[in-house]
Amino acid sequence: MSNEHKEWPLWEVFIRSKAGLDHKHAGSLHAADAQMAIENARDVYTRRMEGISIWVVESKHIHASNPEEADAFFDPAQDKIYRHPTFYNLPDELKHM
Amino acid sequence: MSSVTTLKYTLQLADNVLIMGQRLAALCGKGPILEQDIALTNISLDQIGQARSLYQYAATIVNNMSVADKAQLFNAPLLQEKINSKLSITEDDLAYLRDAWDYRNCLLVEQENGDWAYTVARSFFFDRFQYLLYTAMLKSTDSTLAAIAEKSLKEVQYHIKWASEWVIRLGDGTDISKEKMQQALQARWEYTGEMFTMNELEKEAYNIGIGVDVSQLQQTYQQQIETIVQEAGLQMPTAAWMQTGGKNGVHTEHLGYILAEMQYLQRAYPNMEW
Repeated sequence: MSNEHKEWPLWEVFIRSKAGLDHKHAGSLHAADAQMAIENARDVYTRRMEGISIWVVESKHIHASNPEEADAFFDPAQDKIYRHPTFYNLPDELKHM
Repeated sequence: MSSVTTLKYTLQLADNVLIMGQRLAALCGKGPILEQDIALTNISLDQIGQARSLYQYAATIVNNMSVADKAQLFNAPLLQEKINSKLSITEDDLAYLRDAWDYRNCLLVEQENGDWAYTVARSFFFDRFQYLLYTAMLKSTDSTLAAIAEKSLKEVQYHIKWASEWVIRLGDGTDISKEKMQQALQARWEYTGEMFTMNELEKEAYNIGIGVDVSQLQQTYQQQIETIVQEAGLQMPTAAWMQTGGKNGVHTEHLGYILAEMQYLQRAYPNMEW
């Protein structure tokens, strides 16, 4: 237990590369608190002008899907092409769809 | 001879950030954790970048001087010989070929890294000064110095944030971190007075409009330092005696070792590039 307490918690870093785009996962790092995590992220992930905004989330707060259940989770979507909106006849006037 | 004043004043500014940057660069790969190692290296590179801008400007001033004016600028024989043989000098010559007595950095920046609290304390004291200095220098009648100050200010704002937060974090941390932070603040404080004591060069630079009256910055500096120190739950350090000398070329024993390591390659293999 004592060793665990010496390690700073792990944080996931999300960077927005430019205005209008989404924050994307950039990586993870260690920090003692949220403020330090943001500053560490600034130093580790935006040194080459990669971003204009940073989000950090403590890794323990991220809940992920189970890789072992991936077959049941994702494969059934494979043969359901009717879920793609490609079977509609679009009016000619409608552009950029 | 205002160009000599501008040259020497620019060099003093450059020496401060070069030696500070060199001190922090020595921690590259040795930081307590990877993320803070990178933070320190970033700050170091900011400072060495500022030093480069200033040395480039200084080199231009030297190169534009008349032969008579630049005949006796430096004590360092290697550099003066190069100037006297009518060669143009560069930023590198100014950094690598001047000896310790030509360096005019304040004593604070050449102090040892010590433990993490000492490293933080030194940056805390220096960065806050740099912020006030550069802010005042925006009004310099020398447009190059004003421009370098403007560019550097953004960097220094982050340096201040980094150092101040560490003072607060350690002061407000465990009993041990608090004690170590207090000790480091106390030990480094005696080197802060020099930054606000005007030497002859600074007075002259101020009189011709290019330089800053650093003595006017001291009160604001103390208040700003005190605000952070209080927030950290620490005691304001005191000093019965302030160390001086660096700004006049009289250094602590540390500078020689820093220069020996930094200048070794160019001294041993002149004009070496890699």
